[in-house]
Amino acid sequence: MELSATDRRLLAELERGLPLVPRPYALLGARVGLPEAEVMARLRRLRDGGVVRRFGLVVRHRRLGYRANAMVVWDVPEVRVRAAGLRLAALPFVTLCYRRRRHPAWPYNLYCMIHGRVRAAVEERIEEASRLAGLRSCPRRVLFSRRCFKQTGARYFSAPGAPAHAGPGP
Amino acid sequence: MARLDPTTRRLLDEFQHDFPLDPRPFRVIGERLGLDEAAVLDLLCELQEAGIVDRVGAVLEPGRVGASTLAAMKVPPELLEGVAALVSAYPEVNHNYEREDAYNLWFVVTAPTPARLRAVLDDIADRTGIPVVELPLVEAFRLDLGFPLSWS
Repeated sequence: MELSATDRRLLAELERGLPLVPRPYALLGARVGLPEAEVMARLRRLRDGGVVRRFGLVVRHRRLGYRANAMVVWDVPEVRVRAAGLRLAALPFVTLCYRRRRHPAWPYNLYCMIHGRVRAAVEERIEEASRLAGLRSCPRRVLFSRRCFKQTGARYFSAPGAPAHAGPGP
Repeated sequence: MARLDPTTRRLLDEFQHDFPLDPRPFRVIGERLGLDEAAVLDLLCELQEAGIVDRVGAVLEPGRVGASTLAAMKVPPELLEGVAALVSAYPEVNHNYEREDAYNLWFVVTAPTPARLRAVLDDIADRTGIPVVELPLVEAFRLDLGFPLSWS
């Protein structure tokens, strides 16, 4: 689906989060010049159209005790990477799974995230994932996270130079 | 971390998706959880203050709006803190983690245009003198679909 200028303005306003007030869509609408019902209708359309993949609470897992978080990467032959990625993505404990472009300094092309509270349990799941996705013969690296320096929502609109700034401000 | 009561757990579990598109969404949530609207709002404010909930927000499909990439740097350990702070200071950087690898700094850059993305990546490399390895998305097999919490 195509995004209109109004949709962009609405998503830009939403980047900071839905206001925690009794009628948040009315407030959002007041900021972008839309009636409440129109805000809800547009958000529903954006969600049904797949532009908004998820609309809801964004939870910070580290604060809930999930501190053993591994990014696992594999170097998979191109002909096999898609099938392996789909198999990985189907595992309930895999939270993210992407194919990325290789780099001369970093030849890995398949990425997933596995989160947990205990490192040994995550390590077991990594082995299980490798086996179930048929990746045991592929070069692999496991990168547990250490410090989180920054974690916020993506700012597609409100970063400097964003087109949304041309619209009416808050 | 403080233990969370069952109602809070349900709030965190059940509303990462399909947040109610109703004029009074917090009242709808309250009806499901057995709380009144004001109590739901209070609880969400508390969770936000405690850093457990970042926001009620929309996660957009990558590539539909703007431009983004994962990036990695191999930073000498004694410089890591300073380089990490420099990287985090860009509003375009939304994740920035130290990871256990020679490539020890991993971050995501998201910008309204490919040109702005390019400028941020070049700027980081210029200012630190450390190459930035760009690892853009080719295909998503599983996107941010929320975080299934297990409370055991």
